[in-house]
Amino acid sequence: MNGYWEETRGLMIKALVVWFIFAFVVHAFVNVLNQVVIFGFPLGFWMAAQGSLIVFVLLIFWYARRQNAIDEKYGVAEED
Amino acid sequence: MSEATPAKNAFLANLGKIYAIYTGGFLAFVVFLGILEQLGVPERIIGFLFVGLTLAVYAGIGVLSRTMQVSEYYVAGRSVPALYNGMATAADWMSGASFLAMAGTLYLLGYDGMAFVVGWTGGYVLVAVLIAPFLRKFGAYTVPDFLAARFGGNVARFIGIIVLLAASFVYVVAQIRGTGLIAERFLNIPYNIGVFVGLAGILLCSMLGGMRAVTWTQVAQYIVLIIAYLVPVVIMSYKFTGVPIPQIMYGEALQQISQLEQTKEALAGVKPHIQPFTTYDPFNFFALIFCLMVGTASLPHVLMRFFTTPSVRQARYSVGWALFFIFILYFTAPAYAAFVKLEIYQNVLGSALNALPDWVYVWGAHGKVKICGVAAASVEAVQQACAAKGVSMLDWQNLSIAKDVVVIATPEIAGLPFVITGLVGAGGLAAAMSTADGLLLAMANALSHDIYYRMLDPTAPTGRRLIAARIILIGVAILGAITATVAPPDILKLVAWAFSLAAAGNFPALVLGIWWKRTNTTGAIAGMLAGFGVTLAYLIWTAAPPLGLGNPELFGLKNISAGLLGIPLGFIVMIVVSKMTAPPSPEMQALVDEIRTPKGGVVMDKS
Repeated sequence: MNGYWEETRGLMIKALVVWFIFAFVVHAFVNVLNQVVIFGFPLGFWMAAQGSLIVFVLLIFWYARRQNAIDEKYGVAEED
Repeated sequence: MSEATPAKNAFLANLGKIYAIYTGGFLAFVVFLGILEQLGVPERIIGFLFVGLTLAVYAGIGVLSRTMQVSEYYVAGRSVPALYNGMATAADWMSGASFLAMAGTLYLLGYDGMAFVVGWTGGYVLVAVLIAPFLRKFGAYTVPDFLAARFGGNVARFIGIIVLLAASFVYVVAQIRGTGLIAERFLNIPYNIGVFVGLAGILLCSMLGGMRAVTWTQVAQYIVLIIAYLVPVVIMSYKFTGVPIPQIMYGEALQQISQLEQTKEALAGVKPHIQPFTTYDPFNFFALIFCLMVGTASLPHVLMRFFTTPSVRQARYSVGWALFFIFILYFTAPAYAAFVKLEIYQNVLGSALNALPDWVYVWGAHGKVKICGVAAASVEAVQQACAAKGVSMLDWQNLSIAKDVVVIATPEIAGLPFVITGLVGAGGLAAAMSTADGLLLAMANALSHDIYYRMLDPTAPTGRRLIAARIILIGVAILGAITATVAPPDILKLVAWAFSLAAAGNFPALVLGIWWKRTNTTGAIAGMLAGFGVTLAYLIWTAAPPLGLGNPELFGLKNISAGLLGIPLGFIVMIVVSKMTAPPSPEMQALVDEIRTPKGGVVMDKS
C-alpha cells in the first residue's frame, strides 16, 4: 500500500513538471524561439497558440495510462 | 453501482449510433436550410428555423431523460462513458464568450491573448492529476459535500457553498444574457423576452432530468457548437490558401500580417500581432495563465461533471477527452484571428472610404464595426464621420471592431450564404445554453442537496428532495434571468472574477485535503477564508467603480489575476494552522486512504 502511494506521487510530480514547463517555462523564451520559423509559424508564438495545448492533451492521456497501470500493479484497480 | 434498467442499458450500448445519426441529421438539416435559402426563403425564417429546431431538440432530450432517482438526478447514475462525459464537459466549459469572443480577443491582443488559450487548457492537467479521480472515488454529489465530509461538517460545507455561488452566479447571468442576445438577433424578439425564451429552453433541458438530462443535451450541444465553429473557418482557409485545414495554413496568414505591419502606411505604429508582452508585461502574462489554470481546476460546475463516470479509471480518461474536445476549438481560434486580421489589413485598412467590403456595413449596422468613432452603418455615415475628423484613408486607429465580430462575420468575409451565419448563431446558442445548464445545476444542487437536505432536513424522503431540487433550480434560474435583464452590462466584467475566487477558495482545500493527510478542519477553514477573503478584497479594492473602489494595483498585479495573492496564501494558512493544531482523527486518515484507493466502490454510499 505504501509503495502504491509513493509511485502515485512520483507520477504526479513527473506530470506536473511537464505541465509547468509547457505552461510557463517555454513561454518565457518566446523571443528566442520566435527566431525559428516553421511553415510560417514563429516557434514561440506557435508554442502558445497550439504547441502547449497538444502537449497538455497527450500528457493527460499518458498520465491516465500510467496511473491505471500502477493501480493494476498494486492490485487496487476497480473490479469491472 | 447504478440501478441499471434494460432501456437504459440499450441506450448506453447504442450511444455511438444515436449520436452519429443525430450528427448526420443535423448536417442534413443545415443542407436543407441552405437549399431553402437558394429557393428564396427569407433570412428571418432561416434564422428562426435554426434556433427554434435546435432548441426543440435539446428540450426533447431533456424531457426524455427525466428521472425520479436521486443518483440519476445528481450524478447521472454514474454511468456516463469517458468519451461522452468529455464531450459534455467541453460544452459545459466552453461558454458563449469562448465561442464568440475568444478568437476576437486573439485578434485584438495578438500574442498576449494566448494567456487565455494556454490558461484555459492547461488547467485540465491539474484536474486530471490532482483532483478529479479522487473526487469521483469519494462519490460526493457536490463539491461542498466533499469539503464537509473531509473537513468536519457544515462550516466547511457552508464556505464551499459561498465560493460556489460567488464563482457561478454572475457567470450564469452572462450566459443567460448571451442566449437572450442570440434569440433577439435570430428570432427578432425583444431582448427582455429573448432572455426568458432562452431560459425556458435551459430549464427544459435540466429540470426534469437533472444531471442525466444535462449530460445528454450537452453532448448534443457540443456537436452543434463544434460544427458551427469549424465550418466557416475551414471554408475561409480554403478560399485564402487552397487548403481546408485552417489550423495548419494560418502560418501563411501570419507571415503576410507581419509583412503588412512593416510596410503598409495605414498600419504605421500598430502593435505587431506576434510580438509578446505588448498588453500584459511578462509578470501579468504568467500570473494570468496561473490564475486561469488553477481557476479551471476549481470551478464546481466543471468538477462535478467527473462525478458521473462509471469508474475512477474512466474519470481519468474522461479529463483527457474533455481537454481534447476543448482543444479542437481552442487550437482553431488563433487561425480565425489570423485570417480575419489579414482580411482587414488587406481589404479594409488603407482603402478609400467608399470602397470598403460589404461585411463591414452588415455588422456596422449592428454597431459591431465602428469607423472614425461611429457605427459603420452606411457609406455616407462613414464618410461624414471621417470628414469631420479629417481622415481620408482608413488607418488602424480609426477602426474598432467588437470582439465577437471575428467569428460571426467570418461567413460574410468568406462570401458564404446566410445559412452559415445561422449555423454560427445556433453554435453560439448551444455554447451559452450548455454552460448555463451546468452552472444552474451546480448552484441548485448545492442549495438543494447541501443546504436543504444535509443542513436543514436530513430526514427528507427522496421524492421531497427531488421536488425541492427542482423548485430551487427554477428559483435560481429566474433570479439569474431577472439579473440579466435589469443589471447594467458592466456586471459582465465580474465574470473574470469567478476564476480567481474559485481558485483561491477551493483549490488549496481540495488539493491538500487529498494529498496531505495532516490537513485538519481548523486549517482548512482558516485557509479557505484567508484565500477567498484576500482575493475578494483585492478585487474590490482595485476594480473600477461602480464594481470596486478603483484603488491603484499592488505590485502592478492586474485585477484579473487577483488569485495570485489568494491561492498561495490559502496554502500557507492551511498548512501553518494545521501544523499548529491537532492532527485529524485516525478515522479521517483512513477515509483519506480510501479516497486514494480506486478499488472498493464509492466512499459516500457506505456512510
